[in-house]
Amino acid sequence: MASLTNRPELLKDGKRLDGRAFNELRPIKIEAGILKNADGSAYLEWGNNKVLAAIYGPKEAVPKHFADPAKAIIKCRYSMAPFSGLSDHGRSGPNRRATEISKVTKEVFENVVMLNEFPGGEIDIFIEILQSDGGTRAAGITAASVALANAGIHMRDIVYAVSAGRIGEHVVLDVNMIEDNYSDADMPMAISPRNGDVLLLQMDGGFTREQLNEAMGMVLEAGKTISRVQREALEKLYEVGE
Amino acid sequence: MGVLETLRGNYAKELLDKGIREDMRGMHDFRKISVKRGVIEHAEGSAQVDIGNTRVLAGIKLMVDEPMPDTPDQGNLVMNAELLPMASADYETGPPSPESIELARVVDRGIRAGPSIDLPSLIIEEGKCWTVFADVYVLNYAGNLFDASQMAAMAALLDTRIPKYEDGNVIREESSGKLKVDKIVASTTFGKIGSALLLDMNKYEESVAECRLTIATDGSSVRAMQKGLSGSFSVREIDEMAGVSLEKYKELKDIIESTGE
Repeated sequence: MASLTNRPELLKDGKRLDGRAFNELRPIKIEAGILKNADGSAYLEWGNNKVLAAIYGPKEAVPKHFADPAKAIIKCRYSMAPFSGLSDHGRSGPNRRATEISKVTKEVFENVVMLNEFPGGEIDIFIEILQSDGGTRAAGITAASVALANAGIHMRDIVYAVSAGRIGEHVVLDVNMIEDNYSDADMPMAISPRNGDVLLLQMDGGFTREQLNEAMGMVLEAGKTISRVQREALEKLYEVGE
Repeated sequence: MGVLETLRGNYAKELLDKGIREDMRGMHDFRKISVKRGVIEHAEGSAQVDIGNTRVLAGIKLMVDEPMPDTPDQGNLVMNAELLPMASADYETGPPSPESIELARVVDRGIRAGPSIDLPSLIIEEGKCWTVFADVYVLNYAGNLFDASQMAAMAALLDTRIPKYEDGNVIREESSGKLKVDKIVASTTFGKIGSALLLDMNKYEESVAECRLTIATDGSSVRAMQKGLSGSFSVREIDEMAGVSLEKYKELKDIIESTGE
């Protein structure tokens, strides 16, 4: 949360700055299989976010002492391009924020990937935020799920992620950058849609217990739309051309 | 982790199937917590927190600095956590691990979202402010570092005096008053083992936990949350834990505020 002194008005005539309703997602587009070298990949546009996800593996784990004889390990690197933001040139390389996001993203996929199929193996997940407009970790997870499926890696489910927040007394879905900077709460979540399991949950700001439940409900409801876009991206790869 | 620890972790898991905790606590009971303030006289503020055998020390230093470009009307808070190699046979020397970075960032988030400390009051003059460095040192690991670190940081901030600043010099021997703390945020960390949701896991319980959830509240609202590990929670479980966390606030706040021995 940034400075409160020059906080802009985030709501106008009962709508959000970009004209969305409280429970409305930004437009999402996903294209699977766009990087030739990677075993799986996806490009995602979510509002003004532009995200690339690429998968390498399963392959032999390196260094060797990282290998788990019972199952594959996952390595995950979330990173933001230095030109991705609206402000100055960012510092390249992983910072503390990126390290934390990489860790919680890795934990999401450890839940759904069938790691026991590749003992001693390694699966690399690379997420590059090329342009950022709020909700990049959710966008990265949503893209990486499609990239993993594109790599043919067996998973229990295709995970999606989205964040919910609060503007004044209103709980809102899919906060963008300006809302994230000035809103009263932000809660990114990743969900396994087959049973509604919560695989990632972070939050800061303030929610009463009622608002927390309303926000979680919105995130579960949004899964219908996000999951459909993910599936369509994969189905498109196997369409028979004219 | 050694063989004995692994066995005891498995034992804890088996007992939980019968609804019993390895150390006979209730599911939502903390171990004994003690808070000691002012343990490092040279620091502007300090506190040592023991939860069972877990021991964490937090020290606060203040430095004159410039405000961040995006928050020109506020001082700064910089939170760091060190998993010292002396704290556990499993910790090693080296650059900060993802675990220690996560720990620092989760503690930071709760205190910032409170908002606990009055950052605007740290402005000294235009373009000059205090930066509050809060360093959490884990001295002995025995489970639940998130709550121990959060309590130690919170108690150390309550203990903090702002040094005197005169003609461009910091005079640490003299104080210009206490750091303004508006609100106490208390953290509760739950673990899931099988179908059991337990508060304040000891290290044996942590070794077999599928996932954990840290919830920081101010008694009326949830202020920060962080799920960790690869297991999953249902939305209903999250709601239940939020309820317990809000109920626990008063008890924890009293402990954090206590200046006692």
